[in-house]
Formats: sequence, C-alpha cells, structure tokens
Amino acid sequence: MIRFLNLHKSFGRHEVLTGIDAEVEKGQVVCLIGASGSGKSTMLRCVNGLEDYQKGDILVDGERVDAHAPSIHRIRTRVAMVFQRFNLFPHMTALENVMEGPVQVLREPREEVRARAEEHLRRVGLSDKRDFYPSALSGGQQQRVAIARALAMRPEAILLDEPTSALDPEMVGEVLSVLRDLAQEHMTMLIVTHEIQFAREVASNVFFLDKGRIAEQGLAEQVLVHPQNPRTQDFLRRVRHVM
Amino acid sequence: MPPLSERMLDYLPLLATGLWRTVAVTVLALILASALGLVWAMLRSSGRRALELPARYIVEFLRGIPILVVLFYIYFVMPELGLDLTAFQAGVLGLALIYSCYIGETFRGGIAAVDKGQIEAAKSIGMKHRRMMRRIVLPQAFRIALPPYGNNMVMLLKDSSQVSVISVAELTMQGKMLASSTFDNMTVFTMVALLYLCLTIPLNMLMRRVEKRMGAAL
Ligand SMILES: Nc1ncnc2c1ncn2[C@@H]1O[C@H](COP(=O)(O)OP(=O)(O)O)[C@@H](O)[C@H]1O
Ligand SMILES: [Mg+2]
Repeated sequence: MIRFLNLHKSFGRHEVLTGIDAEVEKGQVVCLIGASGSGKSTMLRCVNGLEDYQKGDILVDGERVDAHAPSIHRIRTRVAMVFQRFNLFPHMTALENVMEGPVQVLREPREEVRARAEEHLRRVGLSDKRDFYPSALSGGQQQRVAIARALAMRPEAILLDEPTSALDPEMVGEVLSVLRDLAQEHMTMLIVTHEIQFAREVASNVFFLDKGRIAEQGLAEQVLVHPQNPRTQDFLRRVRHVM
Repeated sequence: MPPLSERMLDYLPLLATGLWRTVAVTVLALILASALGLVWAMLRSSGRRALELPARYIVEFLRGIPILVVLFYIYFVMPELGLDLTAFQAGVLGLALIYSCYIGETFRGGIAAVDKGQIEAAKSIGMKHRRMMRRIVLPQAFRIALPPYGNNMVMLLKDSSQVSVISVAELTMQGKMLASSTFDNMTVFTMVALLYLCLTIPLNMLMRRVEKRMGAAL
C-alpha cells in the first residue's frame, strides 16, 4: 500500500534519508522507531508530500507521490496524517474540525458527514465534547479529535507522528487505546512512536531507522525482542532504560 | 464678542457637516483600503514569485511617497491623463491607496503569524491553496491582525484631515475656514479636536471590546 523505494531526502546539503526501502501493506500496523533526529518525521512527511524528496520513489497503491504535482491533493485525501502537536483548527469546534475535510474537500453532503463525524467522535469517546473548541480540551482529547478528523476522510492509511509525545503521562493511555481499537479493525497505520510496549502490542511490523537508513525491519516481536543489529539492541536498551 | 456657548452653537452646523464628510471619507477609504490591502496580502502570501514581487514593489513604491504628494498627484495630475475626479473622490482614492499598504502589511503579518502546523493540517486533509487560505489561514490571520488593524483605522481617521489640502471640506478644513473668518481660533480648533476625539475614543473602546471577544473564542 505504501512503498518506499531507495528514498533519498536532503535539506540543502544535509542528507537526512539515505536510501529507504520498505513497504507498509494493507491492514498492517507498522511502528517506526529510532533515535531523535534519525529522520522518522521526515520519512512520514514525505509520504503525504509535506516534504519533497530528491531520489527514489514513494508509491501509494502504485501511484507515485510527488509533492509538487497536482495529484498530491488526492493522495492526501487517501493517506491521513496525525501530528505530534494535534494541529486542530482553533476557530472550529471539535465537530467542525472533524467535518471540515469531508465537507470542504471531498464535497460530501453536510448532513451525511455530520452523522458520520458524530459517530467518529463517539468512537474516540468524545461525543460530549463535540461543540467544544480545541482550547477547551485537554491534550489527550485534542489528539483524539485529531484522530477522528483523520478517520472522517475515510483514508486508506493513517500516518501518525509521535501521537502521544506532546501529552501529559496520564493522557497517553486514552490515545493509545483509541489506536489499539483502530489496529484491531485493521486500519493501515504507520506510527512513529517511542512507546515500545505499545509497539509490541499493536504493531505487526517494526522499522528501526538509524541515521536515515532502515537498519532493521521485520515482525514486531522479532525486532523489539530479538533484535539482530547491534544498533537496534543499543537503541532499545537506551529507550528501556529511560522508561 | 457673544458668549462662548452662543459662539459654539453658531459654529456647530458648519463643523457638523465637516464631521460628516470626515466620516464619509474615512469609511469609504477604509473599505477600499481593506479590500485592496487584502489583495496585496494574498498576493504576497501566494508562494509564487511572479505574484509576490509585483505586489511587494507596488506597496514599497506607494509607501515611499508622502500622502500629500499622492493626493496632489491624483487630484491635479490625473486629470491631465484623462482621469477627472472630484476632490472628494480623489481624497478617498488617495487615502485608500496609501492605507491599503499599511493594512496589507497588517494582514500579511497576520497570515505569516498563523502556526505552520495549521497549514500542514489543512494540506493533510487535501486542501488546495485557496480553500486553505479561506477556511483555515485567513480566519486566524484576521484575529491576529485585529489589534494593528484597529490602529490603522484610527490613524486613517486622523489622516483623513490631509484631504483638506485638495479642498475637501471635511472637519479640519471647515475648522480652518471658520477660524479664519471669525478669528476665534481657540474655540474653533478646540471644538475640532473634541469632535475628532468623539470619533477616536469610542472607536478605540470598540476595538478593545471586539479584541476581547475574539480572544475568548480562541
Ligand atoms: N525543515 C528542515 N530543514 C532542515 N533540516 C531539517 C528539517 N526538518 C528536519 N531536519 C533535519 O533532519 C533530520 C531528521 O529530522 P526528523 O525527521 O525530524 O527526525 P526525527 O523525527 O526522527 O526526530 C534532523 O537532523 C533535522 O535536524
Ligand atoms: Mg520527529
């Protein structure tokens, strides 16, 4: 569903991604782990054209992602994104945030969208907050609205960039539990995360990114519990140590 | 000389017509300047050099000329080029042109101050540039730009006195004529100043209240 073929990305002269080959298949939950600065966000952002890339290809269902081509808008409606800092629209209520994409971009009938949006908010446990503005919601609630906003586009896949990193510890659980539900329903997801325990639970596969390269990838259990690469072992030891 | 209250009553009708004209010039110039300012701001935030550069040059060009010279130019030079405007029209147009630059900068600042994450979120749901501007960026930019926009409004109101140089009979002009015919400078110009304050003080208060309400919604 999402394929990376020899992906290279530089910012000026600084090469951040140095040849990524990987694939996220339909229905898979893949967790992307790696040290800070290893290029995880950049790799994710390349998929929906928030960054361009210099060499190689990213294919979404066979269609090449090109940040500068008109086709990018359509690709973005198929691959949703959830951000570390939520990025909800502050001048819209929770419900309006969720409805915005389907009504304004997909041009679906408002009433139909509203019913679906309410259903999505219910799924993330926020029915009672639908008329609240983001500023009146906690971080965990905002992130759940952001997930509902992504779902409302009925995407084929969702990219999540450290969805719980900006949250107070007591709110991490509520967001992870929503993601667990989505994983159970086989929503295709590529999740950047430092929550190793969570990754073991929900991920079918794990990519370990090291200095712009995928140093190790495979089944979650395999990479997280029996890593082969010394750099993966080292990284996991350090992450565990922190936790 | 008649007593002060009597003189003030005498002067009031003339000053009131001036006041009315001041309001008219200001409101019309504000509407034009805001629309044009929005155009400058949109062009300069379009991300396309072919649009950004001309807008930037026009704005810098206009901002480099004193208001009086712009007014003289429109009123005295344009007729030679075939554009014949009444003093009132020329005054409105001149003020609008100059203030479109200030207001454009204000809007542009507001647009630039919108969180980058907002733009990424809008893009990530598939929005194209225009819709993103209209639905996501501008509503937030206006809130950010509101305080400086309010300042522009008050400045424009005060600068509307400049159109007296091309003989628009607004408040300042009426005051000057009244003063020179009565020699009662103190009374006349005090009244003129007070009449301006009657407009600027409520305007400032209004802006503060609107800001507060807008702020609460964010
Ligand atoms: N917009 C940018 N301009 C220049 N350098 C960037 C930019 N974004 C990221 N980088 C650099 O790219 C590298 C990878 O960043 P990132 O993808 O954010 O890493 P991660 O998400 O794994 O922490 C870092 O060295 C970072 O400084
Ligand atoms: Mg990151």
